[in-house]
Amino acid sequence: MKHGVLLHEPQDDVAVAVMDLKKGSTIGAVTLEGKAAGQVRLLDNVPLGHKVAMRDLALDKPVIKYGRPVGKAVKAIKRGAHVHTHNVKTLRWSI
Amino acid sequence: MITAQNMKLTGYKRPDGRFGIRNHVIILPVDDISNAAAEGVAHLIKGTMALPHAYGRLQFGEDLELTFRTLAGTGRNPNVAAAVVIGIEPKWTNRIVKEIEKTGKPVVGFSIERFGDLKTIERAARKAKEFVQYATELQRQPFPVSKLCMSTKCGESDTTTGLSSCPTVGRSFERLLKGGATLMFGETSELTGGEDIVESRCVSPRVRNDFRGMFDDYTNLIKSQGVDLLGSQPTEGNIRGGLTTIEEKAMGNIQKIGRCAVKSALAPAVEPKGPGLHFMDSSSAAAEMVTLCGAGGSVVHYFPTGQGNVIGNPIVPVIKLSGNPLTLQTMSEHIDVDVTGILRMEMNLDQAADHALDILQRTINGRLTAAEALRHDEFVMTKLYRSA
Repeated sequence: MKHGVLLHEPQDDVAVAVMDLKKGSTIGAVTLEGKAAGQVRLLDNVPLGHKVAMRDLALDKPVIKYGRPVGKAVKAIKRGAHVHTHNVKTLRWSI
Repeated sequence: MITAQNMKLTGYKRPDGRFGIRNHVIILPVDDISNAAAEGVAHLIKGTMALPHAYGRLQFGEDLELTFRTLAGTGRNPNVAAAVVIGIEPKWTNRIVKEIEKTGKPVVGFSIERFGDLKTIERAARKAKEFVQYATELQRQPFPVSKLCMSTKCGESDTTTGLSSCPTVGRSFERLLKGGATLMFGETSELTGGEDIVESRCVSPRVRNDFRGMFDDYTNLIKSQGVDLLGSQPTEGNIRGGLTTIEEKAMGNIQKIGRCAVKSALAPAVEPKGPGLHFMDSSSAAAEMVTLCGAGGSVVHYFPTGQGNVIGNPIVPVIKLSGNPLTLQTMSEHIDVDVTGILRMEMNLDQAADHALDILQRTINGRLTAAEALRHDEFVMTKLYRSA
């Protein structure tokens, strides 16, 4: 296994960690079809199954995964950062 | 490659022409207060199984209809060879018996009032013994995929389910559909964020409207409560596994239907008419959803899990698939189909589907699933609103 994160679609904003990833390490990204999608240096520890930002995401920007918006950034997010409930919220069920 | 054409399936042909893959004799209580008598019979007679549950008294309207449909549908399920129904009074008991009777399988009802538990248990046990002797003489026979009715629902999802176990089911369903199988999926609330995809798969405007109506009902219920669903949808388990929003969870969930079209949108516990993939309006809670599928006639269930949902069902074998390496490492006794190779890029979806269909075939032919071996018998009815 030479990759650290998997992307559903090549242009997705976020990729999924396939193992526990360490802050400061540089890991490879691949798409589900097995195409290399560059490297990313991690700004945080990211546990298996959690997401890594593949590019800088501005506040309020929709976050793309599966080629579709799956939420919006509620803080500015840097490439390589852990992406989860602390910086992304649903676009649905807003109250 | 395993296809619908080369699968070798055997099962029990029921009088209504449907095929079961298990051969249960069930003791079915109509209501909560008949659980003790039903369990009394099951303790006495080898090879029978009681299905205790919490409801069946003072329900009304659609909630009562759903309880009737769930109980009768469970008795009608082809995995059930024969059924003994026990209720507190004869009228509702007979209503369940009449519905099961339409399948032509042996069924009989007993009511407790004017006999008491002990005499009821004795009378019911004599019938249960007859039914077991009838059922144990039935033989398996080959049947084609076109006679298979099965369902899917995922649980304790995480990001690995959307990457691996759910698309594995999707790919398997595409192959089964080519053989004319009848397939079911549901989880209305968990389609939020991907409902447009399901709509776009509906085969006609009527089906699309039916689906949209069910989806909007759920959404309106949630809105009417004025709460933030984070922690419930996605669940705390989902969040721990890396899922952040309901949309992200829904997109993973929808991978289970692959590229299949949606033939109809069914009310909960309704039997689908004819082959194809059918949507069933249902809760996303695992035990409730599988119970509804069983009542709809599903004889086996694909259950992708990320963090490790341990659910089973008394009459429907539940096959667990997981692609999460931590789950396989820590709770492998619950997993039937290991697709962790997908995350390592050592297994593609076609290979994963071969693995899933191999286990499906073996399960149909009699191999116990992990959940069956571990005695996971969750029979949980869906309650729509409070009782009178």
